[in-house]
Amino acid sequence: MQALVIVAHGSHLNPDSSTPTYDHADAIRATGAFDEVREAFWKEEPSFREVLRTVESEEVYVVPLFISEGYFTEQVIPREMRLEGWEVSDWDSEDGVSATFATYRANDVEKTIHYCGPAGTHEVMSDVIVRRAESVTGDPDVGEGFGLAIIGHGTERNENSAKAIHYHTDRIRGMDRFDEVEAVFMDEEPEVDEVTEFFSAPEIVVVPLFVADGFHTQEDIPEDLGLTDDFREGYPVPGEVDGHRIWYAGAVGTESLMADVILERAAEAGAEIGDARERIGERSAPSVAGE
Amino acid sequence: MNDAQVGALVEAAEEGVEVDGLRVTRVDEGYRFETPETIHRGLSESALRSVAEESPWFVSNWHYWTHVVEGPERARYDFLRWVEGADDHDVPKRYEALSSGVTREWGQLSITATLADDGLRRYDLRHGADRDVSEEDLETYVDPLDARGIATYDDDGRYRPLSTAPTLRTGWVYPDLDGRALVETVEFLYPATVENWHRERRGELDVTHFRETAERQTGIYSIVEGLTVEELEAAAEACCVDSQCLKRRMWDEDEETPLRVPRGEEAFPCREPCSLFVTAARKFVTLGREETRSYEFELTPTEKEQVEAIVDAVADGRVGEIREADLNDGANRYRARYLRALRGGEHGLSDTPTYPEDHD
Ligand code: SF4
Repeated sequence: MQALVIVAHGSHLNPDSSTPTYDHADAIRATGAFDEVREAFWKEEPSFREVLRTVESEEVYVVPLFISEGYFTEQVIPREMRLEGWEVSDWDSEDGVSATFATYRANDVEKTIHYCGPAGTHEVMSDVIVRRAESVTGDPDVGEGFGLAIIGHGTERNENSAKAIHYHTDRIRGMDRFDEVEAVFMDEEPEVDEVTEFFSAPEIVVVPLFVADGFHTQEDIPEDLGLTDDFREGYPVPGEVDGHRIWYAGAVGTESLMADVILERAAEAGAEIGDARERIGERSAPSVAGE
Repeated sequence: MNDAQVGALVEAAEEGVEVDGLRVTRVDEGYRFETPETIHRGLSESALRSVAEESPWFVSNWHYWTHVVEGPERARYDFLRWVEGADDHDVPKRYEALSSGVTREWGQLSITATLADDGLRRYDLRHGADRDVSEEDLETYVDPLDARGIATYDDDGRYRPLSTAPTLRTGWVYPDLDGRALVETVEFLYPATVENWHRERRGELDVTHFRETAERQTGIYSIVEGLTVEELEAAAEACCVDSQCLKRRMWDEDEETPLRVPRGEEAFPCREPCSLFVTAARKFVTLGREETRSYEFELTPTEKEQVEAIVDAVADGRVGEIREADLNDGANRYRARYLRALRGGEHGLSDTPTYPEDHD
């Protein structure tokens, strides 16, 4: 028997924060690839601390639904899950974006735990960002005449968070699909509120590399982008700012193709997933704008 | 009971069967079939089949626990047996009771087990407050996953970050769950409670006390180590008593130092301070770092009592119940607004600055 455990931050204040985790878990459950699929949270239940005892499987694949390597993936999760012998160096990621997986016993359960790198730094995540651009514009061929801005939080507490943003920016630039691809940040240069200065393309798709929609993606960023003066009044998609049309996508983590990244992480760590990735692909074919 | 169950019993007799008073074995001279009421020895296979058919309850009961629930290793086995009182009542008594339904409470949940065809069980799960409400008047659910949605908001539409807070929404029912789906649903409503209860029953509950949990914290949470024992008592009284959380607190300051705060009454244990408690503790530590000061206010005795009534009303979550026109209640909104209008000022209560040095 094999189990998948998706671990995410969650929130004591905002119920929407766990919604993407539940959605991706449900999509993966529906493929039948795992005997058990569980969610666990830092701020909600089941907690990281107790989730492993709620699965019966011997082999457990743990995939963090986090954007970057750093405090949560390197300290909090391994510690709370009691992964015996965990060392950051086991992940062999010197550049902060190449963690794959490492295998442990947890010291409160008789199970083998395959601890995977975060979803956010997997290369398939670049495809999810592109898919997000397709979903928000309703155009599966979106690219020409479009710029793509990827928004990160910025350095605060985690130097790897910017690395993940730059990593995907470089990869998508290399795809030669959008006229321009740029990284912008909430807390460091170049900043979100200057986004139109970095693009000459008339249309800009803006994708925040965040797991869930919340305060930042629904309140701060639409205001900083100049899409609205007051987030409570909502914002238009697309909206006009400084002569550009801005297609603001909201948190990339809510894109249904995220489930594919999670599956891929587990498969690389040895999980048998059969044709689950194709089945997820079918479920998450590009949707139309406004959905 | 059905033929398949009898067939499974004949097969299992080779290894020996023993569940709830039913014993079936095979010895050289044939099968032996025993219940508390009868003993048959030296049976041929076909004779075994016919005596088994005369004790359908014992056979289907055996089949349920070994083949459907899949044996005693799992938490769900213990839990489902607890639901129907299997360790307290013999099979005939239990089957009689199950035919009309046996109900147990698990936190705010009410679980009713009844007999289905061939000795299978079906379980009805709902809020305890809806115990006597007819099924048609409740929202009906089938999929255990939907329980996550039920647990998200309370009856007033507020988000519930703590799943064992006694604020579970009412008005819903799972009328027909099998054993596995029942446990799954309960675990979505109250995560890990069945598992930890099961460990406790086996004497294997791993409790992590407050000091150990605090030492483990990093980043912004590392300061919770600074909570004094008095503050810890107050924090447990604020967060962990039954009126706030149904888990039975098994952790203390450390193994040698129990807290005086009542542990709670529920079946399922709390084995370690939860994330909400740690977050609250972090705030309490920062509050505790401030020195007290003396302030001078003029209040009438009734006004002093009114301030206390307001604190109590907020602490006990009673604010929403206070009637609009109940001017006798110190925490009534008009009374509070009147107090603020009369005694409040630019600098707060009695116009006394919180930091007088900023106003010299
Ligand atoms: S620490 Fe307190 S509030 Fe948290 S689950 Fe345990 S008893 Fe409940």
